Amino acid sequence: MSVLPAAPPAASAERSSPTGEIALLLRRVGAMCLVELQKLRHDRTELVTRTVQPALWLVVFGTTFSRLHAIPTGGTPYLDFLAPGILAQSALFIAIFYGIQVIWERDAGVLAKLLVTPTPRVALVASKAFAAGIRALVQALVVVVIALLLGVGMTANPLKLLGAAVVVVLGSAFFCCLSITLAGVVLSRDRLMGIGQAITMPLFFASNALYPVDVMPGWLQVINHVNPLSYEVEALRGLLVGTPARLGLCFGVLVIAAAVMITVASALLPRLAR
Amino acid sequence: MNPVLVKDLHYAFGDHVAVDGVDLSLEPGEVFGLLGPNGAGKTTTLRVVTTLLPAPPDTVLVEGLDVVRSRRRVRRLLGYVPQQLSADGTLTGRENVALFARLFDVPRRGRAEAVDAVLDAMGLSESADRTASTYSGGMVRRLELAQALVSAPRVLVLDEPTVGLDPVARSGVWDRIHEVRRANGMTVLVTTHAMEEAELHCDRVALMHRGRLRAEGTPAELTAAIGPDATLENVFRHHTGDTLEAGGMRDVRAARRTARRVG
Repeated sequence: MSVLPAAPPAASAERSSPTGEIALLLRRVGAMCLVELQKLRHDRTELVTRTVQPALWLVVFGTTFSRLHAIPTGGTPYLDFLAPGILAQSALFIAIFYGIQVIWERDAGVLAKLLVTPTPRVALVASKAFAAGIRALVQALVVVVIALLLGVGMTANPLKLLGAAVVVVLGSAFFCCLSITLAGVVLSRDRLMGIGQAITMPLFFASNALYPVDVMPGWLQVINHVNPLSYEVEALRGLLVGTPARLGLCFGVLVIAAAVMITVASALLPRLAR
Repeated sequence: MNPVLVKDLHYAFGDHVAVDGVDLSLEPGEVFGLLGPNGAGKTTTLRVVTTLLPAPPDTVLVEGLDVVRSRRRVRRLLGYVPQQLSADGTLTGRENVALFARLFDVPRRGRAEAVDAVLDAMGLSESADRTASTYSGGMVRRLELAQALVSAPRVLVLDEPTVGLDPVARSGVWDRIHEVRRANGMTVLVTTHAMEEAELHCDRVALMHRGRLRAEGTPAELTAAIGPDATLENVFRHHTGDTLEAGGMRDVRAARRTARRVG
């Protein structure tokens, strides 16, 4: 028993300097992301089952539509055009159900336990956001492999691949926090499940994931312009298959959208713990 | 200094008054039991002490720190085990504890040793590398204690720690709590509706009923005042005219759900 320490670790981070606060935030996000990786290592079935849907989109939908030549992609083969869209979509589908995980954690007492640690709320939310990003990245890797097997010409430039990884993480962070925000509003798993299902498909179809913006009717183009998924897809397409993309704009939109959503979700998180 | 000091605490969820003027003052190193039937306001009181629910300034102090104004410093001093079995089943015992060591800034140097030590103290060394989903209820409880203890809290807060456990697992949990307390002098605040357990394991108890404290003292004092051979159960009935078994799990859940909707 004597080996157990008798006092809490010195709270060096308690000096509330901005750098100390940021260091604390980064440490916390790191700790939570590590746990997320450990969970993935212990339960790989989820990784496999989540691969089925993007694989179907690419193999069945993608190859069939390639034969139709119905979608004007500006000279890019349709599968090449589609692969970044499916990548973004699979990341969206992972992230949008994170709110359900948070509600489950609330019901299981996990959330209360985490909130009673010296961890800023924003760090808890940011951790979830980056955890969603990590899961999405693992998923993205699978999609990239399938795409390569189907003969999609993807970049091998490590900088561009890194850029694409950042885009996936930012997009996932946004949709994860959107989901946590909705969780903080509806407070029930069933309702959130319904809302999640109700918004994912519209987000997907009102984006440039399956077809270029130009072929959309005007009203859909308007929605497309405020849909972060479109900016995610545009950036991924530009980075991975080299189609023209407004990379600066896309990164800007994704960074701001993720930051705003993390802030909003953090403000609503305590509602869940009451 | 009192490890936990509560001064005339009131808390309401909408129209439902959960806590109606509670005063508590804990002594360093004691095991203090908050006793009462489901819905008495014990958990709400704990949630204010643990900074999960807001309180007016200077109403609740932990080690002299206000739970509202010094929220994060208070959290560093607390170890908290909620009522539900809340360890992560997809992680190993060791990973579960290591997470909390990181969240409490246990220094990297010596962190692994601290995790090992607390797992050993909770009797989980052998199973530390199995995922928690393979643990029995008693083991999960001890794992959660390990999570709460790895940061060497000054005040350990336990919400119904032995609910749903068999007698052997129960005494296993209590034995570990007493061992750690003897070793490091921490204070323990525990809620329970199991009177025999409180009689056995708490230094002092407060009986809570409908948001108010009805009696307070050592189990021996309280029972002696009622008569020879009296139990805490008798004491409770004497002070409240009510029995402890009033209201089942379903009532609490319903009450909580209501509380959540309003709150």
